[in-house]
Amino acid sequence: MARTRERIVRWLFLAPAIVYIVAFFCYPVVYNVRMGVTRYTVTSFYTGEAPFVGLANYLSVARDALLDTAFINTAIFTVGSIVPQFSIGLALAVFFQRHFPLNRTLRALLLLPWLLPLVVAGTVYRWILDQDYGVVNQVLLQLHVISEPVPWLTSPGWALASVIIANIWAGIPFNLVVLYSGLEGIPRTLYEAAAVDGARAWRQFWHITLPLLRPVSAIALMLGLIYTIKVFDIIMILTNGGPADSTQTLATWAYFLSFIDLSFGKGAAVGNILILITLVFAAFYLRSARAAFR
Amino acid sequence: MTLIAVLIVAFLLFPLYWMVNASLQAGSALLRTPPAWLPMESTLQGYRDALATQGSHLLTSLIVSLGTVALTLAVAAPAAYALAQLRLSGSLTIIFALLLAQMVPNIVMANSLYSIFNRLGLLDSYPGLILADSTTAVPFAILVLRAFMLSIPSELGEAARVDGAGHWRTFIRVIVPVSRNGLIAAGLFAFLFAWSDFLFALTMTTSDEIQPVTLSIYQFLGSHTSNWNSVMATAVFASIPAAILLAVAQRYVSAGLTGGAVKD
Repeated sequence: MARTRERIVRWLFLAPAIVYIVAFFCYPVVYNVRMGVTRYTVTSFYTGEAPFVGLANYLSVARDALLDTAFINTAIFTVGSIVPQFSIGLALAVFFQRHFPLNRTLRALLLLPWLLPLVVAGTVYRWILDQDYGVVNQVLLQLHVISEPVPWLTSPGWALASVIIANIWAGIPFNLVVLYSGLEGIPRTLYEAAAVDGARAWRQFWHITLPLLRPVSAIALMLGLIYTIKVFDIIMILTNGGPADSTQTLATWAYFLSFIDLSFGKGAAVGNILILITLVFAAFYLRSARAAFR
Repeated sequence: MTLIAVLIVAFLLFPLYWMVNASLQAGSALLRTPPAWLPMESTLQGYRDALATQGSHLLTSLIVSLGTVALTLAVAAPAAYALAQLRLSGSLTIIFALLLAQMVPNIVMANSLYSIFNRLGLLDSYPGLILADSTTAVPFAILVLRAFMLSIPSELGEAARVDGAGHWRTFIRVIVPVSRNGLIAAGLFAFLFAWSDFLFALTMTTSDEIQPVTLSIYQFLGSHTSNWNSVMATAVFASIPAAILLAVAQRYVSAGLTGGAVKD
């Protein structure tokens, strides 16, 4: 009797969290899956009725030419963001392994871009990449790298690249921090032994750093993927998905379908596709992170 | 070495310098070429405009963020204690559920919460925004706090229990005070998440009544992009919580980044 009571008391500490998970994650996700198979429009909000339409939303989304655009853009955006973020983050992490004055302070300052609201990052890049008055064009013109201002955010050819640049900037700190803590975990003695054997810095990097950093790299890359696929704020602030849908990703398209076209069923369908993609990477992530939570 | 590092940091933080630089100049001065590298003719006009037009939105953001902190800590602290110290059999399942919950794209949450909140009358309300924002903060806070509470020796709680304190008293009298730093860190992050939120601000409000600053910047950018100095001044205001977090809770940031998946 006392033991049962004891167990109930212990579970009571978890109860609010469990109720919360069910109410604010399980229920909305299930709700979204259900919305995906109904014709959910503005009238549904008033009448509370949304007719079941089977896979009609998915078929209509699949027939839409924007699906290909959104898919390709999401892929380019994700890979184009993650590879440079990871490489630059790793280079910086290796660099900051050295001991020098102010190391800690400078490293902390580098976190700032990650902690800022993405809306702020986007706003700043709007200004920096402004075609007429932006500092990037002015400097490039001065240096004669370009002969006329580049329409960074207003031409379909440049917009996606510009959005990616801003997103790389915002994501470097995350990779730096994760990879830095990974590097800290590699025993110094390995490097000392390698140095005694005459291995140069570059060989040490390839044969010690990279292999031993694999588990942490996997976590950084997987979390990076999962976070980047759903990036919304920075694209909306910089280009609103335009010009001519050239920066439309699955996340922004889902928004436009639901909240601008008011076809919540179709928006839900695109959102569910996004969940499926996320789940695939989540499985990889949970496998690599499992050890950390034991 | 330090010089190279300073140059790297200066290069990477240049956009932020450029934001401050623009916020301190007159609107007309920003439309000159070449640009002023230093705000020599500085003016606080941009900040005055920002406060006059964006002040109420900053206040809205503050209310929503504080509400999110309160809700998040109320749910997360007991849960983290249970997961870290009470050795419950389902702990690992719940941790995995939290990791998965963190990954659900916000746009999916917005899509279904909009409809759910519409029925509950929570659109265009502070509680609605607080609840929506808390969905990013709660799983994260539980994981970070759990990682923090794992380092509390279990003897501490057991000693209190031997003295006759129940679980609840032990939690309030022993665990909460000992975890003060962790609670502050988790709270600061919850604040930052809510403060930075844009998607829920965009979707959970349909009128101008309750409009966080992120949303008002977005609408500002859409309507008149020529007032760059006041836009940048608003952006500076919106950056303040991040700067504070960095100054006071820097060492928790790395643990927080991955929700405790990578130990610092």
